[in-house]
Amino acid sequence: MRRRICLLFTLHKKFELIKRYEPPPSSHVYTLSSLLLNLKFITMSAIRDLLNKRILVLDGAMGTMIQRYKLTEADYRGDRFKDWHSDVKGNNDLLSITQPDIIKAIHKEYLQAGSDIIETNTFSSTSIAQADYDMQSLAHELNVASVKCAREAIDEFLASPAGEGREMAFVAGAIGPLNKTLSLSPDVNNPGYRAVTFDEVVAAYTEQIHALIEAGTDILLIETIFDTLNAKAAIFAAKKYFRDHPGTEKDIMISGTITDASGRTLSGQTLEAFYISVAHANPLSIGLNCALGAKDMRAHVEELSQISSCYVSAYPNAGLPNAMGEYDEEPTETAAFLDDWAKQGFVNIVGGCCGTTPDHIREISRAVKSIKPRVLPIVEEVLN
Amino acid sequence: MSEQVNIKPYLRLSGLEPLVVRPETNFINIGERTNVTGSKKFARLIRENKYEEALSVARQQVENGAQVIDINMDDALLDGVQAMTTFVNLLQSEPDICKVPLMIDSSKFEIIEAGLKCVQGKCIVNSISLKEGEEKFIEQAITCQNYGAAVIVMAFDEKGQADTEDRKVEICHRAYKILTEQLGFKGQDIIFDPNVFAIATGLEEHNNYGVDFIKATKRIKELMPLTGVSGGVSNLSFSFRGNEPVREAMHSVFLYYAIKAGMNMGIVNAGQLVVYDVIEPQLKELCEDVILNRNNDNNEATEKLLAFAETVKSEGKVEKKNDAWREASVEERLKHALVNGITEYIDTDTEEARQKYPRPLEVIEGPLMAGMDVVGDLFGAGKMFLPQVVKSARVMKKSVAWLTPFIEEEKLSNPAASAGGAAKVLLATVKGDVHDIGKNIVGVVLGCNGYDVIDMGVMVPVDKILDTAEREGADIIGLSGLITPSLDEMVHVAHEMKRRNMKQPLLIGGATTSRMHTAVKIAPQYDNGVMHILDASRSVTAVSTLLGKEKLVLLQKTKDEYDGLRKQFANKNKKELISYKDAVAAKEQFDWENYTPVKPAVDGVKVFKDFDLGEIAKYIDWSPFFIAWEMPGRYPEVLSDDKFGAEAKKLLAEAEKMVESIVTEKWFTADGVIGFWSASSNNADTITVTTSDGEVKLESLRQQSKKAAGHPSFSLADFVKPSQIGSDYMGAFAVTIHGARQHIDQFAAELDDYNKIMVQVLADRFVEAFGECLHEKSRKEYWGYAKDEALSNKDLIWEEYDGIRPAPGYPACPDHTEKIKLFDMLNVTNNIGISLTESLAMDPPASVCGWYFAHPKSHYFGLGKIGRDQLEDYARRKGMNIEEAEKWLSPVLES
Repeated sequence: MRRRICLLFTLHKKFELIKRYEPPPSSHVYTLSSLLLNLKFITMSAIRDLLNKRILVLDGAMGTMIQRYKLTEADYRGDRFKDWHSDVKGNNDLLSITQPDIIKAIHKEYLQAGSDIIETNTFSSTSIAQADYDMQSLAHELNVASVKCAREAIDEFLASPAGEGREMAFVAGAIGPLNKTLSLSPDVNNPGYRAVTFDEVVAAYTEQIHALIEAGTDILLIETIFDTLNAKAAIFAAKKYFRDHPGTEKDIMISGTITDASGRTLSGQTLEAFYISVAHANPLSIGLNCALGAKDMRAHVEELSQISSCYVSAYPNAGLPNAMGEYDEEPTETAAFLDDWAKQGFVNIVGGCCGTTPDHIREISRAVKSIKPRVLPIVEEVLN
Repeated sequence: MSEQVNIKPYLRLSGLEPLVVRPETNFINIGERTNVTGSKKFARLIRENKYEEALSVARQQVENGAQVIDINMDDALLDGVQAMTTFVNLLQSEPDICKVPLMIDSSKFEIIEAGLKCVQGKCIVNSISLKEGEEKFIEQAITCQNYGAAVIVMAFDEKGQADTEDRKVEICHRAYKILTEQLGFKGQDIIFDPNVFAIATGLEEHNNYGVDFIKATKRIKELMPLTGVSGGVSNLSFSFRGNEPVREAMHSVFLYYAIKAGMNMGIVNAGQLVVYDVIEPQLKELCEDVILNRNNDNNEATEKLLAFAETVKSEGKVEKKNDAWREASVEERLKHALVNGITEYIDTDTEEARQKYPRPLEVIEGPLMAGMDVVGDLFGAGKMFLPQVVKSARVMKKSVAWLTPFIEEEKLSNPAASAGGAAKVLLATVKGDVHDIGKNIVGVVLGCNGYDVIDMGVMVPVDKILDTAEREGADIIGLSGLITPSLDEMVHVAHEMKRRNMKQPLLIGGATTSRMHTAVKIAPQYDNGVMHILDASRSVTAVSTLLGKEKLVLLQKTKDEYDGLRKQFANKNKKELISYKDAVAAKEQFDWENYTPVKPAVDGVKVFKDFDLGEIAKYIDWSPFFIAWEMPGRYPEVLSDDKFGAEAKKLLAEAEKMVESIVTEKWFTADGVIGFWSASSNNADTITVTTSDGEVKLESLRQQSKKAAGHPSFSLADFVKPSQIGSDYMGAFAVTIHGARQHIDQFAAELDDYNKIMVQVLADRFVEAFGECLHEKSRKEYWGYAKDEALSNKDLIWEEYDGIRPAPGYPACPDHTEKIKLFDMLNVTNNIGISLTESLAMDPPASVCGWYFAHPKSHYFGLGKIGRDQLEDYARRKGMNIEEAEKWLSPVLES
């Protein structure tokens, strides 16, 4: 019982964290290349080729960057939603529609800092999460607009003088964990109760995945997983979507969240149990993000590097929040940790989560640039 | 740069924890009781909507060792989808159950899917088959893939269920090809169920079903080595319903052969399986005949088993099976007694062996050592746990004791024959320290492994240790200690060993010792090898290596490692400290103006003699008990631990039995003393206490490590109201357990290390429990600041009450010398008979003392490192010279 209560307690803490995190950026793809039928094959092999050569760099926090703009309720609403019946400030994903220039500018800052993979601003772009703002009907459009922002940012960056010498960058469609969870009951007195069903979660993720793919994302990134069953619903949705829509298959990146010193996910799994539970996604990469700073994440990343048959990713927070809820780890400090991981051969993809900025990404990128990536394990197919 | 790793093609499942099925993994027991078709009780609970109770059925299976639990809701009277959903959702909120993977079992696929929708871990689907054709099979297999489940494929196709060996293999292979070639399944995610059918039914065509299953299993594993084979074993004995002894024997014999053929999991009632080796021989043979279809023309074997079954039925369960080992040879009996820790027959068996062997020593070197080798191997492989090993040692000691007079006699008549061979290990708890549980455990474990252990006991001065080592020709010296001053004493021993130019390696162990301290402080003192040993199980490897060819290699490796640690320490440990002045300025501020201290109901000192042991026992925290026995894990979770659970339960049962003797037969005497006085702080680190004998100044230490802005630097003095605001109170306590020594000595005299260690560990638990009990009474009554407190024992252990009781010498106040003041204030030595050693350890060892603080915001903390400026101020306050203060504070002093 104690554990049960504990879980719920942390869950609430976690939601605060997620709200603070706020959705990452997204983009849309109307470039010619996205219309090529075999685009997916080009991207899928391109990213693997690169991953075998070097450590790829993700971006950092979107929410932290948006805060710097000190946007008002009116800014969030823009023209189109000026008469919306509920407050929308804090719905960061909405900015991809109402303030696309800001979202693109943030993406570009990260690209300039050295990001190879840009996360779309779609952390909460599902009908379930958007229901908080009564914007569930906008889920599809939010994903499309966010992919567009990311894609245009990349195109413009690569064409600009700043992008000289950089061959390519990838759009990762961010799929967040939802504010409702499938393994935990929100009602302490009724542990068998669930606020949402597996089928509802699959439907919401299917809508998001459909929009992300239609708009031309390169990768699906299922991230900040604190309840593995939610992630399994996302994987279920993706696998079913690929099968029902031949030719649309994308690489999947998976990133879980170890919530505290117990070394377990919020839903109670050990890291290895988590890995085993999602391995059927045949992901491009498996990794960890959020909740912990790099210091506390190290042992878990090391474990993953030993058990994972695919590439390993890690994007920690900028340390742990201080008493004011702010992250104050310096870019060079974060980079020093990631430098160590890279040298130990733990990682293939690195980046930052809550509290990290383009400065962090710049230092991280500099630190790992010339270090060889983790070598993929040999996956044996016979017993010996 | 790490090495490229290899990932093996093993079946990997998960609940909250992983389950990896390796080739060497024993047979996987799948719990069968949460199945409405198999368990009447479970079916009734589900039908009556008693889901909470139904959960206990699941829990019981996990506790009994089920590694996977099978859940089946196929009942005509149930809405299967709804029952599966409800039950599995509930299961997810029970971490002690859902730590294991689930097998979702139904003949209706929609019920299987309902189950899969509720489980975060990787499940097994039981089952899919080609029964309704390929199309349906593929559709269901894809669905399983989308949920990430492994599958059981039943040997069933369009024509029906496979009954012959060939059909079983053929259908399984067909399914395998579809799954792996068309759908991309991994071989290890496929488990076949080649159908266990009832045998000995009287129908001749059923007689070969057992053989068909076993042979098909063998071929399946040869043809598709990555896959697994499972089956519902209880079907086999269907015709013997109601005759449990025969059914169990049949299951056991069947599994023996099927597992050899490659079956690696099965749905069984693990608690009810007899061990193959102990089945009554006649019954075993009859079972083998029917299962292997031998001597079975005209149902002859079947008839014989039926006839035998009639006789067993009337007798009920044959309970004698445990004594079967008494029939074996004397060597086997000695081995059995050692491995199972049975002392009952050891004297008779030893005597028999003595008469059989030419010389008594050969009994030790022959059968006894052979038995202990088995124990050592099992312990090394993690198949035996410390309490079992200690019991084995007890058997060994008793056997050796029987032989000793004969050996002595032989020595007298033939002195040349007695030249001893075993290597000698000298163990001692260093001067000033009285703690020896860990050292005793190491001694026992080493003794079990054939070393000659010279145990010098506790509080041994350095000269005595080293003189003895030289005189006895010890090959290795091991030091132990629990309190922090012992660390310095160990440094001193190492220093002396170098001065005396000694050669033997020095091993360091005990609760406060660490690899880092050993590397930084002890190893540089002595050049011929210093090693830190983490726990008893590591001591054997270390000692055997140090006595073998690899000695120098290990010592060099250790030296390199310690050199590295020293460097790391030198670099890392330059923690940034703030000045002591700034630390005082950053003291923790309570809202003292609005705090009214409660005047303690007891004024001055109150003594408790011979306190009720039954009352104390209620406060025992069992987690440290298991840690002492090297079974990691918090109580009660440790009882359901996969690895330790069964042993932990046994250990607890034996401990509880002893607790009962302790209480009813008054083995211990619990004495305690508490006191309360007015007190106030000085806005820095001094607390002034007014006792009937005048004022006493207590000196606290304050954290100095640099913290983020706004975080206070803690000191115990902050928990008492500053004098300029008003007056406050504080308290102190000391508790002890007398009488343990007598029982320890008695068990030692009986060569019973197991119970000796048990008494020691329990004395520690009692004294801690007594501390907890008096603290509660103080809060509610004697001080009385929390009259309405109502907490469970668990809450107490989690310290969810107001106020703290830090002990001098521990993290918040690491200076042991404050203990002297506490002893004076409570007149501890006269009142309850605890004395202090020169290192300020308390004797009897089962003693605890500490301060009471009542403020609801007072809390425990670790001091961390302090700077020279604080050391100097502290020495001045205490009227000590700097060198002495430095000696006592060296563990916390920034170097």
